[in-house]
Amino acid sequence: MSTLKTLNGNQSIAEAVRQIDPDVMAAYPITPSTAIVETIAKFKADGLIAGEFVCPESEHSAMSVCIGASSAGGRVMTATASQGLALMWEMLYIAAGLRLPIVAAIANRSLSAPINIHGDHSDTIGARDSGWIQIYSENCQEAYDNFIQAFRIGEDLKVRTPVLVGLDGFIISHSMEVIQVEDDDEVKKFIGEYKNVFPVLDTSRKMTVGPIDFTDYYFEHKRNQIEGIENAPPVIEAVGKEFGLKFGREYGFFEEYRMDDAELCIVVMSSAAGTCKDAVDELRSEGKRIGLLKPRIFRPFAHQKIAEALKKMKAIAVLDRSSSPGAFGAPLFTEVRSALYDYAERPKIVNYVYGLGGRDIKVEHFKEVGLKLEKIAETGKVEEIYGYINLRE
Amino acid sequence: MAKLKDLASMEDRLVAGHGMCLGCGIPLIFRIVLRATEDPLIIANATGCLEVCTTIFPRTSWNVTWVHSAFENAAATIAGVESMYKALKKKGRIPEDKKIKFLGVGGDGGTYDIGLQALSGAVERGHDIVYVCYDNNAYCNTGGQRSSATPLGASATTSPEGAQSPGKLQRRKDLTKILVAHNIPYVAQASPNRWQDLYKKAQKAFEIEGPAFLNILCLCPTEWKYDESQGIRLAQTAIDTCVWPLYEVENGKYKINYLPKEKKPVLDWVKSQGRFRHLFKEENAWVLEEYQKQVDEDWEELKKLANL
Repeated sequence: MSTLKTLNGNQSIAEAVRQIDPDVMAAYPITPSTAIVETIAKFKADGLIAGEFVCPESEHSAMSVCIGASSAGGRVMTATASQGLALMWEMLYIAAGLRLPIVAAIANRSLSAPINIHGDHSDTIGARDSGWIQIYSENCQEAYDNFIQAFRIGEDLKVRTPVLVGLDGFIISHSMEVIQVEDDDEVKKFIGEYKNVFPVLDTSRKMTVGPIDFTDYYFEHKRNQIEGIENAPPVIEAVGKEFGLKFGREYGFFEEYRMDDAELCIVVMSSAAGTCKDAVDELRSEGKRIGLLKPRIFRPFAHQKIAEALKKMKAIAVLDRSSSPGAFGAPLFTEVRSALYDYAERPKIVNYVYGLGGRDIKVEHFKEVGLKLEKIAETGKVEEIYGYINLRE
Repeated sequence: MAKLKDLASMEDRLVAGHGMCLGCGIPLIFRIVLRATEDPLIIANATGCLEVCTTIFPRTSWNVTWVHSAFENAAATIAGVESMYKALKKKGRIPEDKKIKFLGVGGDGGTYDIGLQALSGAVERGHDIVYVCYDNNAYCNTGGQRSSATPLGASATTSPEGAQSPGKLQRRKDLTKILVAHNIPYVAQASPNRWQDLYKKAQKAFEIEGPAFLNILCLCPTEWKYDESQGIRLAQTAIDTCVWPLYEVENGKYKINYLPKEKKPVLDWVKSQGRFRHLFKEENAWVLEEYQKQVDEDWEELKKLANL
């Protein structure tokens, strides 16, 4: 029986961890993901989970423990944020290169300097080329649901790629919400048995894992790795559908909100999408034909599907909660804009960076964006392709 | 104690075909260490000479399961493998009586320096692992840059001797002491010239429950610059001069395993190695004196700890 529970984002992740009971959990506490690690430690202390909980001396070692444990052969998870993910950076690439389906919950937080503990996407977006699948969550329910699905996606034998699940630091990690928690056994059944691929602990074979490649093999091995994440889309889709059939909440690559007859569209990920829905409702009541597209999967980026969904728009605003200093637009924008390139008639498209360091974004800000889009659609002119929201200049 | 003949007839776990230098101490050390347990063994290797020279894809010199992930994290990686072993035993997916040994391995670069934190963390957490450091006194895999294990006065490529420098200006770090300070069940220093001592220590390390650490002097003719046919004699000089004392600390109790009949001067250790050649210039005489003083201090302290 599924039950309603009042949990914050961190507790929602921890609850999923308890139900899944991964074989090894290795994590170092860091704000705002600390409560995930503390809750797992308490579950272990109370005998509610059987897996090994390892509390290493740094995030670098936490990911290294995960890599050792995952290559040993079993289900592995971690949690971190911000500087912690940054300290793991080297090992993120190695986890992906060794094709280890580790799952990480990331309470998205800004990167220093200046030091700031609040939510933005600089940490995970910065790790976009590390080879991990990236899933973003709008609220606690999605964080819980995404985290469960992450194991199925990453562990699929055609994929075998690590997966990170983002939930906005504080905004989601620390916000209480009533969520549907599924039955323990049903969650376990949904995840299924872990499928081993060359586990190191199988001592009947002698294996060399992680040897050195020179110019003659590295490229092919990297190509193999890329194929793994390229194989993910049908799996993501199937897992999202199956989750819907089983638990009543279906997931895809993105969510469309009031897009049916929309001419204007705001593209925004994670918690801000919730606020944006209210703005869309208000603008709709004022007669504006505006909708929202909320990408859920950032890697692999569903470029064709997103382009199809957006191609008929007159004007699009892509909102990024991270920046790429010196680049032509922030990361989500460049993806969306590039995805639309092949269409002969392309929508006008602008980019706004918002919410760095946890700066609030409100309904009124989204409404301003909506009005700007309306003007762009009317005039066919883009005056400012790249700008900021709620920033003192 | 196993007989040499029996050891020699055991299956090699590190086999021929690797690319290590003529006279290198690494294969010498590991062919002994890996014979010290007959249980299945899993090794996590830090980036370094041993890793690079034994696993150029698609070939491998490892006749035992071996994992490499990065430079500074061999201890954390093997801790991860060991944690999974414990978890799967608990969950009944590995039989209760199935024994596997876990070994982390790194050079002085991967252990004294960049990997010190991960090693400290892993042994403090009490994983049932053995960690072996092969200390060849420099970053030899990348051409002999200084490490914190490089002795005072040695010329290394990032602490070169020159008109205004006598080589490395700092005293070497005493990593074995640092590991002793973790209060783990077993810590020892060994050298390949005393192979029975090395073998026994490795055996003890594998047998003891909980973390064990071995620091092993590793000959490097390439970077120390000596005649590679003289390696074992040089290692004997290292223990006779007390530059590298052989001792062990078992549950806090110190034991010196080799007392030189007559302690030789550090001069005997430095004179045959090109990396110390400049110390014989008049202006560098003080360095050798200082090196001798340091070795004497450490030896006296060690004797006291061992109640000698």
